[in-house]
Order: sequence, then C-alpha cells, then structure tokens
Amino acid sequence: MSRRKRSAIAARWQAPAPVFAALGDETRLSLVAKLCAGQPRSISQLTAGTRLTRQAITKHLRVLESAGIVHGVRTGRESLFEFDPQPMEQIKNYIDLVSEQWDQTLSRLKLFVER
Amino acid sequence: MNDRIEKRIELKAPVSRVWRALTDHREFGEWFRVRLEGPFVPGQVARGQITHPGYEHLKWEAVVQKIEPERLFSFTWHPYAIDPKMDYSQETPTLVEFRLEKTPTGTLLVLTESGFDKIPSNRRLEAFRMNDGGWAAQMKNIESHVAQKA
Repeated sequence: MSRRKRSAIAARWQAPAPVFAALGDETRLSLVAKLCAGQPRSISQLTAGTRLTRQAITKHLRVLESAGIVHGVRTGRESLFEFDPQPMEQIKNYIDLVSEQWDQTLSRLKLFVER
Repeated sequence: MNDRIEKRIELKAPVSRVWRALTDHREFGEWFRVRLEGPFVPGQVARGQITHPGYEHLKWEAVVQKIEPERLFSFTWHPYAIDPKMDYSQETPTLVEFRLEKTPTGTLLVLTESGFDKIPSNRRLEAFRMNDGGWAAQMKNIESHVAQKA
C-alpha cells in the first residue's frame, strides 16, 4: 500500500484525543454546557455562580480553546468565548466509524460460528 | 451524546461454540482478522499482527481483562489505533465486553465498547440537558442514531 493511502487511512481513524481529554473534566464540561446554547460569554459571566476564581476559569477556557471546542473573540475591552460544534462532530464521526467497524467484525463472527 | 457502543446479535450456534470463537486465540484471529502470538490470559497483553486486507502492516494489541467461561470476555484496547507513528499509550483505553446469553435458537451476543472519554455518560447528558440550544438537539440525534445501529 502506498504511503499516501496509509496516511489517509490513519487520518480517518485518528481518535480526537485532545477533544476527549478536554471534555474529561467537570468544570470544563459545565463551561461547554453554558456556551453551547450559542451565546458568546465573557470570563466574568462564566465565573459568576461558580466557586472558582477568574484565573482558574480562564485556564480551563484555554484548554477548551486549544482543543478547538471554544474560540476567544474580542469585543472592545472584553474577551468573549464562543462554542464551536465542529470538534464534537469529529467525536461523533469517530464513534460512528468504530461502530461501523464492529458491524462488519460481528457479521464475520456470525458467518464463522454458523457455518 | 453517547460514549458507548452497544450491539446485540443473534447467533444460530450454541453458547459453547461462540465462546470458543471468542476466546480461542486462533479462532478469534480468523474472524477478527488478526494473527495472535499466543492465548488470551486475564491481566496480560495479547499481541498480534493484523491480517485485514490493507492493514497488514499494523500491530494489534489489547489487555485481556475478564474471561468468565461462556459468559463474559473482555479486554481494553485503543480502538483502531492504526497510525504506526502515533503513541496511543497516553490515551485512556476503551473497554470491550462480549457477553453471551443462551436463547431458544442459539446465543445472544451483546457487545459493548465504553469509555470513549472519561465522562460518565449520565453526568454528561445532565450537563447538556441544562440548555435547550442546538447542541442539545444534536445530542438527541446522536443518541437515536447509535440506538438504531445497535
């Protein structure tokens, strides 16, 4: 198989690990839950009602940003964060691929034990 | 959002036959398309070479978890970790479980793969139910989609 084809297959199967890792935290998950309604929010808005400091919230937002789940947008003096659904789509696609693969594998098992 | 895959399949073969196909490493290798180096032993790494056409350059690896005769076979792995240049060891592995149940016509096999991320799915659904935005609807779609396929 050509190197190009191999890397294309590998890319298709690339687990969106940074996205999974970024979501594997309660605080970040709650930030995503707040932002995925669609409305961009400021750090102050996101800090309000939590027991965390502004610095801590900012740190979590940076982790989400590096995974592409949120984007920072500047409006005047304030920094707002908005949700980007694309990385979540990637997770869905990945799980769909693994799921399809199981369908094929299990039909081979069926043939194997029923023959 | 669903972080687990579940498949149920009816097999017209006795439980003992299906159990052998799952846990005998040579038989497993035939339908799973992997040439394994040795038998499955709980707690140990099972290694082999993939034999699936187009993927023969890849190694296969899993850590065997449970072997409960004719009932449960499970292992952890990195699903389709097929980029030879990539280090998957830092990622949390997923858990694959094969459960067998006797039926009037043969065997019901329930396969689950779970742990695609570290978030318990009930906790996450709760988080996403807190808003009624577009993403919540998307979650519903994914749920029914995965359910249909199962």
